[in-house]
Amino acid sequence: MQQFEFSDISRMLTPIFARHDVDASRLLQVLLEVQDACHFIPSEAIDQIAAHFDVPRVNVEGVAGFYSFLSTRPVGEYRILFSDNITDQMLGKDELMLYLCNKLWVEPGKVSEDGLVSVASTSCTGLCDQGPAALVNGWPLTNLDRNRLDLIAELIRSRKPVADWPPMLFEVADNIRRSDVLLGQPFEPGAAMRATLARGAKETLAEVDKSNLRGRGGAGFKTASKWSFCHAAIVEEEGSMICDVGGHPERYIVCNADEGEPGTFKDRVLLNSYADLVFEGMTVGARVVGASKGFLYLRGEYRYLLKQLESVLQKRREAGLLGDAILGRADFSFDIEIHLGAGAYICGEESALIESLEGRRGRPRNRPPFPVTHGYKGRPTVVDNVETFACVAKIAERGGAWFAAMGTAQSTGTKLLSISGDCATPGIYEYPFGVTVRQILADCGAREPYAVQVSGPSGTLISWKEFDRRIAFEDLPTAGAFMVFQRKRDMFQTARNFVHFFAHESCGFCTPCRVGTELQKKIMDKIASGHGTASDLEEMKSLGHILKTMSHCGLGSSAANPVLDTLEKFPDVYVRKLKALAFEPAFDLDGALETARKMTGRDDDWAHL
Amino acid sequence: MSEQSDRGPLPIPLPPVGEGEVVSPAGDAKKIRIATCSLAGCFGCHMSLLDIDERLFGLIKLVEFDRTPLTDIKHCGPCDVGIVEGGVCNAENVHVLKEFRNTCKVLVAIGACAINGGVPAMRNNIDLWECFQEVYQYEGGLDGGQVPNDPELPLPFDKVHPIYEVVRVDYFLPGCPPSGDAIWKFLTDLLNGREPKLDYEMLHFD
Repeated sequence: MQQFEFSDISRMLTPIFARHDVDASRLLQVLLEVQDACHFIPSEAIDQIAAHFDVPRVNVEGVAGFYSFLSTRPVGEYRILFSDNITDQMLGKDELMLYLCNKLWVEPGKVSEDGLVSVASTSCTGLCDQGPAALVNGWPLTNLDRNRLDLIAELIRSRKPVADWPPMLFEVADNIRRSDVLLGQPFEPGAAMRATLARGAKETLAEVDKSNLRGRGGAGFKTASKWSFCHAAIVEEEGSMICDVGGHPERYIVCNADEGEPGTFKDRVLLNSYADLVFEGMTVGARVVGASKGFLYLRGEYRYLLKQLESVLQKRREAGLLGDAILGRADFSFDIEIHLGAGAYICGEESALIESLEGRRGRPRNRPPFPVTHGYKGRPTVVDNVETFACVAKIAERGGAWFAAMGTAQSTGTKLLSISGDCATPGIYEYPFGVTVRQILADCGAREPYAVQVSGPSGTLISWKEFDRRIAFEDLPTAGAFMVFQRKRDMFQTARNFVHFFAHESCGFCTPCRVGTELQKKIMDKIASGHGTASDLEEMKSLGHILKTMSHCGLGSSAANPVLDTLEKFPDVYVRKLKALAFEPAFDLDGALETARKMTGRDDDWAHL
Repeated sequence: MSEQSDRGPLPIPLPPVGEGEVVSPAGDAKKIRIATCSLAGCFGCHMSLLDIDERLFGLIKLVEFDRTPLTDIKHCGPCDVGIVEGGVCNAENVHVLKEFRNTCKVLVAIGACAINGGVPAMRNNIDLWECFQEVYQYEGGLDGGQVPNDPELPLPFDKVHPIYEVVRVDYFLPGCPPSGDAIWKFLTDLLNGREPKLDYEMLHFD
């Protein structure tokens, strides 16, 4: 274990503190930089950070302990995290991870004795179309196979800095397979802003309203309504004179790029190749609700995009599309700051995201009040998905009626689908809403499709009998994930993977979710190990009911979906694994006495069960 | 081993009663047999059972205690209700628990330890071997100490488990310990053939 002297820590922290002001909302960003510099967060650093921000030490520890990319114990100088989504597993992740561990003489989840390397699993990294994928010190590795792992092991053993590794290891392709109005038509930066300013803020809101645009993050709340609630909250405040000092109350635009749902990667592509469109949408939103500050909450897994996103922002500032007096309008200034996440699925929930923006643990707030009235720092805040903002830019440019003409009555426009799993051409597909699952499966070259997980683990599993259902809020709402499974896949393992995911990602705040997801995991593991009985299935159904009805936020209430869906649609996969007995212990009774037998040297009858 | 799975009504369905009293069974009907035990627990739940105080006299008219720490009967006969305190921490606990499951029609887990492992399960984060070495070998003043290995001593598990992981459990009566009132309400519900139900006030502790 590396030892740090107090003065070393101070020397390291000084430039980091200089980059961030003393506002406690910078805490997470500071911790990320410390993690980078030391490969963990040393205890002494926690003391100094707490002193710097003038917060109790436990606050800093709480944040450091919450996010999975932060660590209070040393991880390897080279930290390799394999993406653990089911699609990565189907592509051989488990076997490849063991292969690399054997090459590097390190146990999964542990740090090598010389502190050089650690190998572990992490939740989906959003590279399902080019998996198996992993992160090395935060940088994405794609299309892993034995050859690439041989090379990676060699690079690590020769202690080559990650920055000097061959670029081909880090190539991330967009894989846009089908494009429509969002991805297929050219967009000139500034066009939507000019149209908005020419039309006026109120009129632009009317256009968004006319477009009937619904949020693309999954819930499908009508964007214009959200914006007008935010507007109403401000008008109310101004009317009753509870404004901030200075008269003009602050409000915020937040773009939710914490694309954590396993199987989703459309935001990655939008931010990589259509960042202007997204930022322009945010600026339109700012004009409509009167915000002067915006945040892009970028998930830690997409940190590799940070530099290029910063440069897009800089270009927009230079072009007069961001900053003071946008397009020469003295009354309109707006700027966007990028805020990094650190590996927490829960931060995709808007109020948890805001907590994280404020530098705290990503714990969902009580709602109401909703963020539109009490969001970032208690101010009215609009939080929208990356794709929603991209749509907004298009609507501002081309009008609401144009947008509303596409899709179905309740679901206008197009939807980006992130397709992965058993198909010939995984990648991004843009379809007008209303397309059938069967059509999509044909287009992506799915081989003998058997089931599709729509909208990720928290969404819906559909079986081959339901392939005529449509992608639309009226039928199958989706945030974008579309994972295809062919007949030979074991749907039980799929559900088990998702159950493990939820147990890992539960924020731990409310008991139904913290304990419920863990119990679900235990029972699924019990069934997987061949000890399951019929009573376990009943137990999971009642557990599912508790999770759905008693949880604090959407994570808990959807955490039982994979189990309940598979129980309903593929009951055979469970029944095949059950023992015939009415009850089986949850663990190997005799095996659990082995340590004590060794310890005492006993082998008599009473030492066995 | 065979596990009984019938969960039908108790042999003598009693008419519903008002709070705090139990209606005696008609004539010379057979009394309900109850067995209790404490596995990896502190007997606190048994103390709480005694906290039903003078209501014990009413209870004793209706029930007969089989194997319990109160009667000192060593093994269960056929019983109607088995009440288990404490989690499973060693091989003997499993034998006792299985005996209860085999002989009791209704099995009740009482208290935090039986339901979750409770305080004894705090050792689950400590390696068993390291723990025993520390206690029996490295502790000061233990020259030549060794881990006790008498066959009469029950062999400990790696971890402490809640009882539902070892046998099927019919009812859970939470609390640390559940109050005397909660136990009374639970028992009278059961004796009167009702599905036991505790109000919120009997379940919250602050």
